[in-house]
Amino acid sequence: MEYFLQQLINGITLGSIYGLIAIGYTMVYGIIGMINFAHGEIFMIGSFIALTVFLALAAIGVTFLPLVLLLMVIVAMVCTAAWGWTIERVAYRPLRGSFRLAPLITAIGMSIFLQNFVQITQGARVKPLPPQIQGGLILMNNPNGIVVQISWMQIIIIAMTIVLMAGFSLLISKTSLGRQQRACEQDRKMASLLGVNVDRTISLTFVIGASLAAVAGMMYLLYYGVIDFYIGFIAGVKAFTAAVLGGIGSLPGAMLGGLAIGLIETFWSGYFSVEYKDVAAFSILAIVLIFMPSGLLGRPEVEKV
Amino acid sequence: MLKQNRNWTDNPILSVEHLTMRFGGLVAIDDLSFDVGRGDITALIGPNGAGKTTVFNCVTGFYKPTEGRIALRRDQHATDEALHELTRSGRQYSETDKGSIFLLERMTDFRITEVAGVARTFQNIRLFGGMTVLENLLVAQHNKLMRASGLTIGGLLGLPGYRRAADAAKDTAIEWLRRVDLLDRADDPAADLPYGAQRRLEIVRALCTDPVLLCLDEPAAGLNPRESTELNTLLKYIRDEHGVSVLLIEHDMGVVMEISDHIIVLDYGKKISDGTAAAVRSDPKVIAAYLGVDDEEVDDVERDLNVKTGHDATAGGSL
Repeated sequence: MEYFLQQLINGITLGSIYGLIAIGYTMVYGIIGMINFAHGEIFMIGSFIALTVFLALAAIGVTFLPLVLLLMVIVAMVCTAAWGWTIERVAYRPLRGSFRLAPLITAIGMSIFLQNFVQITQGARVKPLPPQIQGGLILMNNPNGIVVQISWMQIIIIAMTIVLMAGFSLLISKTSLGRQQRACEQDRKMASLLGVNVDRTISLTFVIGASLAAVAGMMYLLYYGVIDFYIGFIAGVKAFTAAVLGGIGSLPGAMLGGLAIGLIETFWSGYFSVEYKDVAAFSILAIVLIFMPSGLLGRPEVEKV
Repeated sequence: MLKQNRNWTDNPILSVEHLTMRFGGLVAIDDLSFDVGRGDITALIGPNGAGKTTVFNCVTGFYKPTEGRIALRRDQHATDEALHELTRSGRQYSETDKGSIFLLERMTDFRITEVAGVARTFQNIRLFGGMTVLENLLVAQHNKLMRASGLTIGGLLGLPGYRRAADAAKDTAIEWLRRVDLLDRADDPAADLPYGAQRRLEIVRALCTDPVLLCLDEPAAGLNPRESTELNTLLKYIRDEHGVSVLLIEHDMGVVMEISDHIIVLDYGKKISDGTAAAVRSDPKVIAAYLGVDDEEVDDVERDLNVKTGHDATAGGSL
């Protein structure tokens, strides 16, 4: 029981990170029907920017932790959002209106480019960050010596995710930008006829997705303590899986899918074998898609005949 | 209630001049010129494939015309000199004390709605089905809202300026919903409305963008007689109370003849008749085009027409 609880906490933490990345996939898919394969790399860049900010602040002697974390989050979000905007502008917008596979290929190209760019500029070796936030809350401490604890870091990750998700849901459901975003998702041409600047709305979608991925990147850095230029690939594939599992195009679906993938992975490693955790995650994806082709919360596409 | 004055020659809001649209070898519109009067309901009619929707697509920026000028004069005192000056300058539009003029063929789609004030609907219904009825109308007012919210940040924080703008937008939407009897369905998904109601919603959604010219592509298609009568009332209300000029494509001659101040008839991409409902109805060319006569007979009919109504056709023609 204690073991189960501990795994549950770990799973939710991991799932939060996946969920935040998955939002970026699902939003972009929703609005332009394209899988942005470079999104994993955006996450990786986010964590590198966070690390750079941390080191820069340490170099000038700023060590007050809450301030450091706040600056890390803000700078990472802003800079990564700029990356997201630029990528859309350079690699995807010129190809809008060309055949469907073209932006998919540039997305893969962009992903390779970003990986190599970071490898060359930052070096291929893993970058460590000593743990900054230690300790935690002990929830259960039974005589056999099994301890259930939730670390401060995990609390921060889960809380941060909840706050971001709440803000993001508010943005989508209540603000004019959110309405435009949903309108473009349903009928881009019609939205533009109502005076909606579709290109700008798409750019903002990339910006929002990238800034959420940046937060995920920073939390990954703080949680695991090591990053390298390759982390974007695996995290990206997992988050993409989460988006598909939840129903691609559905925002609550992305979050739910993220949690599901995180939990599956953690429980599988906890009870069976760590080596096969990815196999487990992807098998469950395959099974779910066989029985629910549009994912957990996705709307089935109705084709008019 | 037909107005007797010829608004389209004296005070045009939209002037289409020498519009030509070719798709490869196919000439969809061939040197078409016409004017739409300010405050008029103007109908664009013609047999299937005459190029009516292509004209709409050019006016609303879907297509770049192969040739021609499409000028929208937002206010009355926009002079011809100002128009020539603008055309020469290569700019898209000018808003000076000489009047606001927009050259629609140079503008891209969302700017035409946002800046010039032209709204349109389609033959098929294109509501945002997953959004509520009210939200559909709010999307159309987003330009006001975006400005008020300081690009969303104010909206997230709920600043007073944004709240006011949001309330005003909601009031406008509710006013329109009341007008078309949809107020009790405001929070339902738009896709759940019956067909006739969806049509009405599309029209008021276009009106929520605050247009000066409203282009409706077959608004009466698929409506039952009672609904078409309601549509007539709505269109007259829009013209009379809101001063919006209406350009519509319609096959339902009951609607066209009853509400139009001005009718333009197209056939094979050319204008074959242009005038008031009474003038167009009795034009032999129009009858020939609608009934489908042989080419030789058309020549005969045209000869007849030139004899009978030659001077009338030129008087109602382009600039």
